[in-house]
Amino acid sequence: MAKGVLVDIPKCIGCESCSVACKLWNELEWDEQEKNKTAIDRAKEPNNGLWPEEWTSINRYDLEKDGESVARYVKAQCMHCEDPACVSSCFSKAFQKLPEGPVIYDQSLCVGCRYCMMACPFDVLRYEWKKAIPGVRKCQMCATRVANNQETACTSVCPTGAIIFGDRDQLLAEAKKRIKENGYVDRVFGEKEAGGTSWLYISDTPFEQMRFRTDVTTKPLPSYTEGYMKATPFVGVGWAAILAGLYVFNNKGKEPLD
Amino acid sequence: MELVTTVVSRAGAKMSSVRWKFRMTPMRWVFTGIAAAAIAVILVRFVLGLGATTNLNDQWPWGLWISFDVLLGVALAGGGYGTALIVYVLRRDKFYPIARSAMLTSLLGYIVVVLGLLIEVGQWFNFWRPYVSWGHASVLFEVFWCISCYTVIQILEFCEVGTEKVFKGAHKYLKKAMPVMLIIGITLPTLHQSSLGQLFYLMVGKVNPLWWTAFLPVFFLLSSFFVGAGMIVIESTLAGKALNHKVEIPVLRGLVKISAGAMILYLMLKITDMVVRGTFANAFAFDLPSIMFLSELFFGVIIPIIIAFSSLSSTRKGLIWFGILTVSGVIMNRFDVLFTGMGKYLNQYGGSYVPAVSEFIVSLGLVSIACLAYLFLAENFNIMGNHESEHADDITIKDGKYASTAK
Repeated sequence: MAKGVLVDIPKCIGCESCSVACKLWNELEWDEQEKNKTAIDRAKEPNNGLWPEEWTSINRYDLEKDGESVARYVKAQCMHCEDPACVSSCFSKAFQKLPEGPVIYDQSLCVGCRYCMMACPFDVLRYEWKKAIPGVRKCQMCATRVANNQETACTSVCPTGAIIFGDRDQLLAEAKKRIKENGYVDRVFGEKEAGGTSWLYISDTPFEQMRFRTDVTTKPLPSYTEGYMKATPFVGVGWAAILAGLYVFNNKGKEPLD
Repeated sequence: MELVTTVVSRAGAKMSSVRWKFRMTPMRWVFTGIAAAAIAVILVRFVLGLGATTNLNDQWPWGLWISFDVLLGVALAGGGYGTALIVYVLRRDKFYPIARSAMLTSLLGYIVVVLGLLIEVGQWFNFWRPYVSWGHASVLFEVFWCISCYTVIQILEFCEVGTEKVFKGAHKYLKKAMPVMLIIGITLPTLHQSSLGQLFYLMVGKVNPLWWTAFLPVFFLLSSFFVGAGMIVIESTLAGKALNHKVEIPVLRGLVKISAGAMILYLMLKITDMVVRGTFANAFAFDLPSIMFLSELFFGVIIPIIIAFSSLSSTRKGLIWFGILTVSGVIMNRFDVLFTGMGKYLNQYGGSYVPAVSEFIVSLGLVSIACLAYLFLAENFNIMGNHESEHADDITIKDGKYASTAK
């Protein structure tokens, strides 16, 4: 059964335990540059808090709701698409979508072309620009934990239940139930976006005000180039045959060049 | 610089010994200087990484090196497969005199692209991975296979020329293999020129609708074909000065007209595409993308078409303008797809990218190396065609002459 995580945005109090758990479980380095940043800073920077050593981040958005100003904390990380663009864009199979849900990356296969970064519909991939031998870095959805029937590190420490781990289908039903009960925005972000993602978000404030890519396509991205790649071998062979025919025809009875 | 090897050839052979020469001129010293600076930057890049030598970042993982060295390099080198198609497959013998130089430019262009890619990718030592770990759903997979195989094919094709002078024993085998190499050597670039366009089709919603279309592969293929003539005009003008050899106007004019024919098709498809997707409003919004889009089409396609089919193309000046405008148009197009096309999306949360000086140095350095290599090869091998036609300056030669050249 494919796993997923449901993020109930209004429930998050911004304690950032999830970020700490992520660092500890994945043995990510403490980055000097990230030490003094607040959730407000991160929400405003281009990288939204995601860096090679920061696989998840909490970003704070100060919004207006029913005439009141409210703060909403949004957890950012890889969305783990059902049919990921990074997997299809990688020409050396460094990315893989596991049946349990996680999209994982293997640096030993990576050439470093960064087409995945260009292709990612949610722009969550980060590159180790400072290293001589760099790799792509992103949330791996604790693939080894999930494979062993454990939940992800971040969800395991959330004190408010803002992020919960479970079967994606059940989480989706739960999300829809909560939308009705709490009068949330009628959209589960991740249900259909980019063909569906393992991570699902629900919110009481508009998604577009919290840097969600609300206009993203609902078709799985690999479907955009699938037909082209399937047709290529046939086009190539056909075109070569036409050229060979033309070559023979046009060179008939003529002295060869050179 | 002149080097004479002591290999004595068989009786009756043209040359009694193999001579290598390379004359250093001020321009060639400039190329050497830029190349040296580029090599220094490249060394720093390998030791310290991409962050130290480029302004690339997580918003702009692709920058100048991809757009200039790869997208553009491949397009500008496209003259090789087009010429091979026209001369060897369609047997328009009239154009034979430019075939070898066009194909050599293409070969050097591809070597620059391959070198550029090795510098550009993060884990260059892993470049062979896609040969064994097949990510065949990726358009880049096709680009990778085609570009690498085509570069090898082009090297073999050049060996056919090279063995006229050295390792002469291999010449007849290479000559026999030429038809097969030519056909593969036209098929592969047709596939990857279009695929370079298709690469951007995956970036749904990120590229400006003016450039993001299902026609992307067709546009990239057609433009790589028609830019060939422009490149040949420019290249023959520059090489003509450097090597004191000029290609006759009727040859270039004929080529320019074929190219303009492809441009008309390109223009019609662009208009069809705009009608189908309803992007006329975007094209005439007169914001930055619209101005870039329109000038790309007006200066890079429409004016060259006018030049080609008017009396302007019967003068060297007209031809040179055709070359400059066509090449600039394609340069603009490739930059537009990446920079203008994606700028709004990639910069939406404050991202920015301006290529670093070191990035420019490497790009220019790679071009300089290619120029030096071209000059060396053109001076030492039979690239410019029959030696009789050397020093021919604006003399119109009747069609009969070409037939004898072709023999």
